[in-house]
Amino acid sequence: MADTRLIRIQNLSKRFETLKVLEDVSLDVRIGENLVVFGRSGTGKSVLLKCIIGLLKPDNGQIFIKDKNILEISLNELNDIRKNIGFLFQSSALYDSMSVRENLAFPLIRHFDFSQKELDEKINNTLELVSLSDAIDKMPSDLSGGMRKRIGLARSIITDPELMLYDEPTTGLDPITTKEISELILNLQKKLNMTSIVVTHDLICAEIIADRAIFLKDAKIVHEGKIEDLSKSDDPFLKNFFSNEIVKAS
Amino acid sequence: MNLPVIKHKRRATFSHLVYNFFANITGLTIFNWEFIKAVFLPPYEIAEVKKHMDELGVKTFPIVSITGFIIGLVLALQSYPVLLRFGATDFLPNTVALSVIRELGPVITALIFAGRVSSGIGAELGSMRVTEQIDAMEVSAINPFRYLVVTRVIATTMILPVLTIYVIFLALIGGYVAVIITENMSFEYYKNAIIGAVEFGDLIPGVAKTFVFGYIAGIVGAFKGYTADGGTEGVGRASTTAVVFASLLILIFDMILVQITLMLWPTLG
Repeated sequence: MADTRLIRIQNLSKRFETLKVLEDVSLDVRIGENLVVFGRSGTGKSVLLKCIIGLLKPDNGQIFIKDKNILEISLNELNDIRKNIGFLFQSSALYDSMSVRENLAFPLIRHFDFSQKELDEKINNTLELVSLSDAIDKMPSDLSGGMRKRIGLARSIITDPELMLYDEPTTGLDPITTKEISELILNLQKKLNMTSIVVTHDLICAEIIADRAIFLKDAKIVHEGKIEDLSKSDDPFLKNFFSNEIVKAS
Repeated sequence: MNLPVIKHKRRATFSHLVYNFFANITGLTIFNWEFIKAVFLPPYEIAEVKKHMDELGVKTFPIVSITGFIIGLVLALQSYPVLLRFGATDFLPNTVALSVIRELGPVITALIFAGRVSSGIGAELGSMRVTEQIDAMEVSAINPFRYLVVTRVIATTMILPVLTIYVIFLALIGGYVAVIITENMSFEYYKNAIIGAVEFGDLIPGVAKTFVFGYIAGIVGAFKGYTADGGTEGVGRASTTAVVFASLLILIFDMILVQITLMLWPTLG
C-alpha cells in the first residue's frame, strides 16, 4: 500500500538554553489532511512549524518530508523542498518595501520562467482567490490586518505548494474576519488539494479547518483526535480549553 | 544559512562591554566570510545593486555636498592665520588640497556615509528581521543573505569612492571661496598651485581606501540589522550600534591603511 504520509516527525526535541520547548514529539501528517496544532502560548507550536520548514534546527529527532530527512540534506535540496511549501506567518511578513504585486511576483520571478503576461495572469488569479484584486498596487502599509493576512496567504499559495504551514492565521482579527480567513483557508485547501498544518488557539478557526487536532502541553503532544471528540472529553485541560469557564483540575 | 546567534549582554558593566565587543568582532568575522562565499555565486541581482546605489549613494549627495564645501572653506580659513604667521600664505592651496585629498575628504565622507547608510541598513534589515520578512524569504527558498546583504554591501563599496571624489572637488571649491575672502588670489593661481602640489599618487591611496570604508559601512550595517533581535528595541539598537561600530572601524582601518600607504609609497610622507 502506498505511503500516504507527507510528513513524518520522529522524537523531535528542541530547547532554548534551559527552556524545554519540544520533547520527544512524534507526529505523522497525511497527504490532503488539515492538522490543527493547539496549545497555550509558549508551548512550542510555532517552533514545531519552524523546525518543519528548516528555520530552526532541532536538538534531536528526525523530520521527513516525502521521505527526505530535511535535517540531513544540503541547503539546495532543502530549498527544492521549500519550493513546495507555503508558510503564512503570524505577522503575514509582507515585504514592506514592495507593493502587493511585487510581493506576489517575488517568488515567481526567482523560481519560474514565466513571461510577463503569464506572471500578471498568475498574480491576478491568485488575488482573485483571496478576493483582493483591487489591492494589487497597494503597499503593505496601506492594508488592514485582515487584508495583510489575505495577501500573505496569496503570496504563500502562488507557487502552488503541496503543503501549507499556517502560524496563527487569525490572531488579532475580529470574529467575522477570523471566520472569513478560516473559510478561505479551507476553500483553498480543497481547490488546490493541499495538506495543511495550522497552529492556532482560535477555536472558530480550528472548528472550520481541522480534520484532526493535536494538543501540545509541557513540550509534548498530550492529546490527539478529531475536534468533536476532543471538545467532548472529560479531561480538565481539554475542558478548560474548549469551555468559556475555567475548570479546576482534580 | 544559519549564522551563529550573537547573544549580547545588556548590563553596562565593563566585563559585559568587553564581552559584547568580542562577540561583535567574532560575529562580524563570520558575517564577512559568508559575504565572501556568497558574492561570487549567482544570481547576481544587478538590478538590486543599482537600486541600492541610488538609495544609499545618490541620495547621500545633498548632505556630502554641504559637508565637502564646508570642509574646504573652514580648513582654508583656519589654516590662513597660521600660514600668515610664517609668511607662507601662497601655500594655502597646497595645504587645502593635500589635506582634503589625502585624509579629510575620504575620512569625513566615510563617516558621514556611515552615519546615514550604516544606520539605515541596520534599521531596515533589523526591521525585516523582527517582522519575520527575512524568514519569509528563506522559507520561499530565496537566499535572503544574497538578496539583502550582498547587494547592499556591493552598492556601498562602489558608491563611496564616487562620493569621495565629488566631496574632494567641492572642498577645493570651498577652499577657493575662503581664499577669495582672505587673500586676493586669482582662480588661475589657486588652480595651478593645486595642480603643482598634488600628484596622481596622492589621489590614488586616498580614494582607494574609500572602497574599504564603503565596504565597512555596508557590512557593519547589514551585520547589525541582519542579526537584530528583541523587537523594536532591537531595531533601534541595531541602527545605533551600526553607526558607532562602523565609524570606529573606519577610523581604525584609516590608521592601518595610512601606515600601509606610507610603507608602499614612502615619498608621500
